[in-house]
Amino acid sequence: MARSTDLLKGTLDLLILRTLELSPLHGVGIADRIEQVTKGTFQVGPGSLFPALHRLAEKGLIEGEWTELESGRRAKAYALTASGRKQLNQEKLNWKKVATAVAQVLTEEG
Amino acid sequence: MPNFHQIKSWLLRLRYPRKSEAELDDEINGFFDSMVERRVSQGMTREDAVRATRLDYDSAHQVKHKVREARMGATLETIFRELRYAARALRKQPGFTTVAILTLAVGIGANTAIFSVVNAVLIKPLPYPDPDALVGVWHSYVRQGVKDNNVAMSGPMYFGYRGQIRTFAKFGVWSSGTATVIGGTDPEQVRILSVTDQVLPALGVSPAQGRWFSRADDTAGTPETVILTWGYWQRRFGGDHAVLGHALTIDSRPRVVIGVMPRSFRFLDRDPELILPQRLKGNEPTGNLNYTGIARLKPGVSLAQASADVARVLPGVVMSMGMSKRTLETLQLAPALRPLKQDVVGDAGKVLWVLMGSIGIVLLIACANVTNLLLVRAHGRQHELAMRAALGAGWSTIAREHLVESVLLSSLGGLLGLVLATEGLQLLRAIGPANLPRLNDIAIDPLVLIFTAGASLLAGLLSGVLSVVKHTGTLIAHALGGGGRTASLGRDQHRSQNVLVTAQVALALVLLVSSGLMIRSFQALRSVEPGFRRPEQIQTVRISIPAAQVEEPQRVTRMQNEILDKVAAVPGVLSAAFMSSVPMETGEHVGNTGVAVEDKPAADGQLPPGRRVKFVSPASFQTLGTGFIAGRDFTWADIYQNREFVVISEKMAKETWGSAQAALGKRIGDGGPWREVIGVVNDVYDNGVNQPAPAIVYWPARWQAVRMGIRNFVPRSVVFTIRTDRAGTEGFLKDLQQAIWSVNPNLPLAQVQTLGDVYNRSMARTSFMLVMLGIASAMALLMGVVGIYGVISYAASQRRREAGIRLALGAQKRDVERMFVRRGLALSIMGVAIGSGAALRAHAIAPIAAVRHKPLGSRYVRRGRGCPFVGRRARELPARTQGIGGRSPGGPQGGVGSMSWGGSFEG
Repeated sequence: MARSTDLLKGTLDLLILRTLELSPLHGVGIADRIEQVTKGTFQVGPGSLFPALHRLAEKGLIEGEWTELESGRRAKAYALTASGRKQLNQEKLNWKKVATAVAQVLTEEG
Repeated sequence: MPNFHQIKSWLLRLRYPRKSEAELDDEINGFFDSMVERRVSQGMTREDAVRATRLDYDSAHQVKHKVREARMGATLETIFRELRYAARALRKQPGFTTVAILTLAVGIGANTAIFSVVNAVLIKPLPYPDPDALVGVWHSYVRQGVKDNNVAMSGPMYFGYRGQIRTFAKFGVWSSGTATVIGGTDPEQVRILSVTDQVLPALGVSPAQGRWFSRADDTAGTPETVILTWGYWQRRFGGDHAVLGHALTIDSRPRVVIGVMPRSFRFLDRDPELILPQRLKGNEPTGNLNYTGIARLKPGVSLAQASADVARVLPGVVMSMGMSKRTLETLQLAPALRPLKQDVVGDAGKVLWVLMGSIGIVLLIACANVTNLLLVRAHGRQHELAMRAALGAGWSTIAREHLVESVLLSSLGGLLGLVLATEGLQLLRAIGPANLPRLNDIAIDPLVLIFTAGASLLAGLLSGVLSVVKHTGTLIAHALGGGGRTASLGRDQHRSQNVLVTAQVALALVLLVSSGLMIRSFQALRSVEPGFRRPEQIQTVRISIPAAQVEEPQRVTRMQNEILDKVAAVPGVLSAAFMSSVPMETGEHVGNTGVAVEDKPAADGQLPPGRRVKFVSPASFQTLGTGFIAGRDFTWADIYQNREFVVISEKMAKETWGSAQAALGKRIGDGGPWREVIGVVNDVYDNGVNQPAPAIVYWPARWQAVRMGIRNFVPRSVVFTIRTDRAGTEGFLKDLQQAIWSVNPNLPLAQVQTLGDVYNRSMARTSFMLVMLGIASAMALLMGVVGIYGVISYAASQRRREAGIRLALGAQKRDVERMFVRRGLALSIMGVAIGSGAALRAHAIAPIAAVRHKPLGSRYVRRGRGCPFVGRRARELPARTQGIGGRSPGGPQGGVGSMSWGGSFEG
C-alpha cells in the first residue's frame, strides 16, 4: 500500500511527475505504471494517489482532462504541463544529489 | 503564496461546488470500478471483486475526503461547508440555540455598551488632531501646608507666557460663563466660552464657516465679534448660511458673527453655545487666577521640557506683577502642566474600569453557561461523534466542527448583542451621570465594532474549547462501547460541569457583593444631612443683571430686592431669598478666596487660607433650611445701611476659634474692611455629600466699595431660591416668570431647576455605579441560576434510570429528590465559599464611592448565604419538572416523584 511512500515525503510527487513525463495517463494507469516500474516496491493506493494528483494539479504542474477509455468508460487523464516539466527536471537533479550523498554515507558506514 | 492556478481552481470550486464535487465522484468511482473490472477479468465473481476491492483500499468516501483536504483551497471551502453544517445543526435544536445566543448576546451586548463608554471617555477623550501634544497649563502652590495643583492663570501671566515661552506651538487661555442674548422672542441666557486668539487653533478645529479669532479681536477698540457653535446656529438662525456679518446682542452689546464651528466641535468636556474673544488686560491684579491655560506643544517637545520652560519664565512674570520674592518662595509657585486628556477624563477612569471589569465577569459567566450547554449537547451527540470517528473523521475535523459551531453561536450572539448595545446606550445616556465626561459623544464606532467582533470570537472559542477537549479525546473511546443505556455521566464530565457552575456562582457572588457595597455607599450618602431640608421643595432660578442694563451697583441690589418681593408674593411661596450660588452648585459661580482673621493673622508672607465664599440675601438660611447654631441672620437694614457683618459655617468657626459661640463678635475680611461675625450656621455639604463639608463664609449680597481689587463690586448674577410646594410645576414657573419680568422684562431666566435636582446630580456617579453594578449582578445571578438549572436538570435526565431503580428498590421519593437537590446545593455552597473569599478583596472597589467604609464586615459574608437558596430554587425546578420533559411515552403519568420512572425499565 501507500505506506512506504509516506517514508519519503515528496517521493510520490516525483514518481507521478516522472511517470507522466512519457505520456498522459489516468489514475489507474499511473498506479499500475509505478507498481510495474518499481517492481512492486511502491504500491500506490487511491487514498494517496488522488490527493497527490489534485495537489499537483492545483500547483499547475499537471493538468487533468476527461478522456474516453477503450472500455467506453470516462476517465480523467493527467499530463505534465510546462512548469511541471521544469519542476521534474529540478527534482531529478535534487534527487540525484540526495541519493548520491546518502549512498556515500551508507557505503562509508558499511 | 498561492499561484494563479490555485486561485483559479479555488474560484472555480467556489463558483461550481456541485460540479467539482461531481467530477471528483466520477473520477474516484471510475478508479474503483476499474479495479473491480480488473478482478472480474481475472476470474472473480463481481460480488467477490467488489468486496476484495473494498478490503484492499480506503473507501471512496475517505479518498474523496483526503483529496478535499489536500487541496489548498480546502480550508476556505471546508469552513463554508462546516458553517452550513453548524447552522443546520443549530436550527434543529431551536431551544438550545436560542438560550445560547441570548446568553451570549446579553454578555457581549453589555460589554459592547460599556466598552463604547470606555472608548469615548478614556481612549479618545479629545476629538482633536494629534491630541497628545495638547496640555493644560496649570500651576501649583502650597497654602497652609496643603499643595494645590489646580492653580489657573491671570491676565498678566498670559501675556508673559505668550511672549516668552518657546516650547508652545500655540498657547492661550479660556474661561467660561453665561451671557444674556436679547433680540429673539424672549431674552435668553446662554453658555459662553471666552478664548484668546490661539485657543481654537491650538485645538486644531477650523470653523465650518468664517474664521477664527485674530489678535485684533482680542484687543480693545476693535468691533466686538462672536463665533457660533453649530447647535446655536441651528437653533437661533435655522442654519442660515448668510449668518456671517450678522449682529447679535450679547450682554447688551452688539457683536458681529465671524464664524460657525462645525457640528462635531466640542470644547473639552464643555458644551458652550457662543464663543467670544477673551479680552485681557495686562495690568490685572496677580491674584485673579481666573483663566485656564491651554497649549499645543511644538513637535518633539516633552511635557517635562515644556514644564522646565514655564518654570524658567514664571518667576520673572509674577515678580513683574508685583509679587515679592519672599511670597513666591513661601507659595512655592510652580508649573503643573498636565496632559489635556487628564483635564477632561478626571477620575472617571477608575469608575469605568471597575464597570468594564464587572461586565467582563458577566461575559465570562455567559461563556461558562454556553460551555455547559455545549457539553450537555455534545454528550447527547456522543454516539454520532463516535460513529463518525470510527468512519474515519479525524480528531481535527471534529474539533473544528465544534469550534465553528460555538463561534457561529457567539457571532450570532454578537450581532444580537450589538443591537442590544445600541439600545443600551440610549438608556445609558439617559441615566448616565452628568459629570461623566463626553456622555453625549458615546457611540458605536469602528473601534467598538472591532471590540465586539473580538469579544464574540473570543467568547466563541472560550465556550467551544472545553467541549472540544472533553469530547474529541476521551469520549470517543468509550462512547460506542458504553451505549446510551447504562451510561450516566462520566466522572470527568461531572467534574468539568461542576467546576463551571461553581465558578459561575462564585463570580456572580463577587458582583453581588460589589453591588451590595455600592448600595451601602449610596445609603451612606443618602443618610448624610446635607445642611438643607427638603430640596425638592426649593425652586431655583438664576438671574443676572448686566452692567449695560443697570450701571449703578446699589441699584442692582435694589432691583434684586424688588424681584424678591414680587417672587415672595407669588401664591404658594413659603419663603424666598437669593444667593450667589446654591448648595452643591458647580461651575463658575462657586469660588474660594483667602479670608483673613483679625485676631489670628497669618504668618508673615503667608496667604490666608482659602474659604468657600457665597453672597446671600436675608432669609437665605431660613429658605434653605440651614439652622443657626449661634447668633442671627442678616436683615435688610444691615444690607442697606452697609453694616459690616458676616455669617460663617460651623466648620469655619470651629477651625478658627474652637466653637460657634466663640466666633460671635470676631472679625474677618477678604481684603476689604473687617467684618463682624453675627451668626454661625450648620455646615452645608457644598461639594456634594461624598466630599467633606467646606468651611463657608457668607458675605451679605450687596455693594462693596472694593473687593479683591475690583472697585464697586456687587454680585450681579444670583440664584433666587424659593421654597414652595409648587416647586417645579409649570404653573408656578409661569407665575415666577411673570413676577420677575414685571420688574424688568429683559432678564433671562437660567438654571431653572429644583434644589432636589442639584442634590441628586451630586450623587449621580454613585447611583450610576449602583445601577450598573446592579444590572451586572442581576445578569450574573440570572445566568448562575440558569447554569445550575441546566446542569442539574441534565443530570436528572441522565440519571432517570438510576432514580427509577432506587425507587423500585424502595427508596423514598423524597430521598431521590434530595439526591439531586444536594448536588446543586453542594455546587452553590462551594461557589459561595470561593466567591466570598474573592469578594473580601473586592471591597477595594468601595473607595470609588468615596464614602469611608469600614472593612468588609460579617454583614456581607452573611449576605452571601442567601445564595444557596437561590441555588436550591433553581435545583428544585428541574427536579419537579423533569417529568414533563423526560417522560417516556409508556410511563405512568403520576405525581411529582413517579413521573420519570416509566422509561426506566423499557430500556
